[in-house]
Amino acid sequence: MKRQIQIALGILIVFISVALVFHSCKPKEVVKTEVAEAALATYVPPGDLDEFYLFYSGGHSGQIFVAGIPSMRHIATIPVFTPYPSTGYGFDKETKEMLGGYTWGDAHHPALSETNGDYDGRWLFINDNANNRIARIDLKDFKVKQILGPIPNLSGNHGSTFVTENTEYVTIATRFSVPIPKGTYVPVEEYAKRYHGIVALVEVDPNTGEMRMDEKHGFQVLMPPFNFDLGDAGKGPSRDWVFWTCYNSERATGILEITASQNDRDYIAAVNWKKAEEYLKAGKYKIISGVRVIDPKEAPGVVYLLPCAKSPHGVDVSPDGKWIVGSGKLQSITTVYNFEKMLKAIENKDFVGEEDGIPVLRYESVREAEVPVGLGPLHTQFDDKGYAYTSLFVESAIAKWKLGTWEVVDKIPIAYNIGHLCIPEGDTKHPAGKYLIALNKLSHGRHLPVGPSQPEASQLIDITGEKMRLLYDAFTEPEPHYAQAIRADKLKDKVIEVYQKGIDNKNPNAIWDEKDAKIVRKGNTVEVWMIAVRSRFQPWKIEVNQGDKVIIYLTNIEQTTDELHGFAICEYNINVVVDPGETKTIEFVANKPGVFPFYCTNFCSALHQEMQGYLLVKPRGGATAMK
Amino acid sequence: MNNLLEKWEKLQDTPLNLKSRIFTFIASLSVILTFLFPLWRMQFFATFYPDGLKLYIYSYKLEGGKTAGRDDLREINVLNHYIGMKPLSQSDFAEFTYLPFVFGALGLLTLRAVVLGKISTVIDLIVMYIYVGLFSLIDFYNKLYTYGHNLAPDAPIKVQPFTPPLFGKKLIAQFTVYSYPDLGSAGILLAIIFLGLALIFSGKEAKI
Repeated sequence: MKRQIQIALGILIVFISVALVFHSCKPKEVVKTEVAEAALATYVPPGDLDEFYLFYSGGHSGQIFVAGIPSMRHIATIPVFTPYPSTGYGFDKETKEMLGGYTWGDAHHPALSETNGDYDGRWLFINDNANNRIARIDLKDFKVKQILGPIPNLSGNHGSTFVTENTEYVTIATRFSVPIPKGTYVPVEEYAKRYHGIVALVEVDPNTGEMRMDEKHGFQVLMPPFNFDLGDAGKGPSRDWVFWTCYNSERATGILEITASQNDRDYIAAVNWKKAEEYLKAGKYKIISGVRVIDPKEAPGVVYLLPCAKSPHGVDVSPDGKWIVGSGKLQSITTVYNFEKMLKAIENKDFVGEEDGIPVLRYESVREAEVPVGLGPLHTQFDDKGYAYTSLFVESAIAKWKLGTWEVVDKIPIAYNIGHLCIPEGDTKHPAGKYLIALNKLSHGRHLPVGPSQPEASQLIDITGEKMRLLYDAFTEPEPHYAQAIRADKLKDKVIEVYQKGIDNKNPNAIWDEKDAKIVRKGNTVEVWMIAVRSRFQPWKIEVNQGDKVIIYLTNIEQTTDELHGFAICEYNINVVVDPGETKTIEFVANKPGVFPFYCTNFCSALHQEMQGYLLVKPRGGATAMK
Repeated sequence: MNNLLEKWEKLQDTPLNLKSRIFTFIASLSVILTFLFPLWRMQFFATFYPDGLKLYIYSYKLEGGKTAGRDDLREINVLNHYIGMKPLSQSDFAEFTYLPFVFGALGLLTLRAVVLGKISTVIDLIVMYIYVGLFSLIDFYNKLYTYGHNLAPDAPIKVQPFTPPLFGKKLIAQFTVYSYPDLGSAGILLAIIFLGLALIFSGKEAKI
């Protein structure tokens, strides 16, 4: 009897424990790494320099972030499309004019200039997806020298700025389609027929880097209203071509996540820019809004469409230029196209159809392999050993696979949801390999909590061995999309840290001596030639009348590195920073009467606090009118 | 033969002894678990959901795990829309209206057996519990099958139709899905075990 009760209780206890085990079943998959090895691999001792520069696009911050690899330390922010008081960008006349009144941009894909398919460390281009612009940064001083745009006819410059093999062109492809020219009104119901996408090439001056798109330079190609996404220029054998992916070959509107995901295949557009140049020479183009536009219907041989797995995102050309890798983001394979086969299919007119006069090539004829990389493949980069690395957003991982055998050899989980990835010089003819930077969309609490607005995560991965190895987590401001990295040796000795008088600074309004400081009135305009030097402004007093236009040419006459000076005027919303040897122009209307201190904002010296002066604005109608 | 039948009839009519009544009472209490805890739980793990998304299936409601503002049911529905799965919603489960009633009725009948019970009542109850348990399981499997096989044809991501796991672990796209019974189901199983014990105790005492 007692035994039976004991048995009953026994059963009960066993049962409850089993139930509790079920109840608390919590497997955990956390992305971790070998601490000591990783620490050694990423440690850059104080005073030592990183091996690579990394240029992150800043996304909707409109900036570029510069970091060092392998330390992943953020070194500098290059303001591009957004005013940035830290460096005074967007406050002086020159940069204000360059920004053209816009206070932000959406910076997606940086492209380092190339010579013979390798980075040459001259310029860095970056697109603005929102306002259809492209900026060029001179890597001599890491400053924006030109912002081109808003560029006519196009809307949503996303598939940009991938450069051609010798930086002949910077590329453009539109994420949105609109009626052309801009300003035309067409109901959205007529989207499929009367809206247009554009792919375009902006000409780059080989000496100055100046970008030009006008009636004589660069050109656009009128495309069906697909949503062009990403691109890459060919290299080696494919150097005359540029490739862009597109989704929404359905030409749909509305809820695109459904309506633009219906076709099993979308396209990669292959554009032969050499061929296009022939048509330009022959005058076979139209001028629309001041730029040359080629219509593929009237220019056969310029554009072909390669069918690609549904809603492709990235397209990347291998270092030897033979393979074109396109990733359908809703699939679990990435497709490798054979450039030679593509040429053959074109020669044989192996077409399966057309889109607005653009021939569609037969998939089976141009495809070399389908690599089973995993779920949600986006972008591919290459190393120096013949491997390709494809980011997998949905699976939150990177797949490593071999070019030629098309075998997936390794996979590493990523925290979390990787977008682009970057291998130093990994999109050039000679990738540096060694590291891979995963640019992740979500950081999900892998950092100290900072509130709901979270930073982006990037992870450094060692790719020297057979197995990929996670080394380091870094966090950036929102929101890097693509990044490129260049061997520091290619760049660091070319960078200047001081604008040398008469060599780097040829501004006619520069003055280099306190004696030359002066104030000149011409009617209602007051011009001030001012110097800044430790620890004074000269002149330190500017007297004007209310309503005067004031122009200050401010030269920092220091020739020592890191002797920056700021110049801020209280309550006038002005703050510029002049680097050693730099001249900037500050222009404003003195519409507020009274006395306004100005001072140096960028700490410069032991007597930095003393570096100040006064702007005195006499009220209209005399001093008593103040009351 | 007649003798056996007679004995069997006599056995059926044997009233429950005290111990069996106590066990029957415990069985009726076990049913309360079905109202307090989920019958089933599913967990979905992926690299970017290291803590897992949780889905609790009660006899009367569907509930997602809750962390801060995140409601896992909503989260699961957001993810499922990519493959065209119908959103999981309370109103699609007729079960939630009748299951609690059935469990309540079973509990009351069990309580009745504590007072009026004979061996035959206990046998009836065991059969009913097993029937309701199995029926619910098959019904649950059917639900899983239906959700996984009626995917919208215009879904952005086309996947092969599938059945989420009823019991155990299964890899579905980037998710590792775990599906196990929870304490609510334990209540039903406990009720059956205790009724079984009640049967053994009174049956042994009858010594027929």
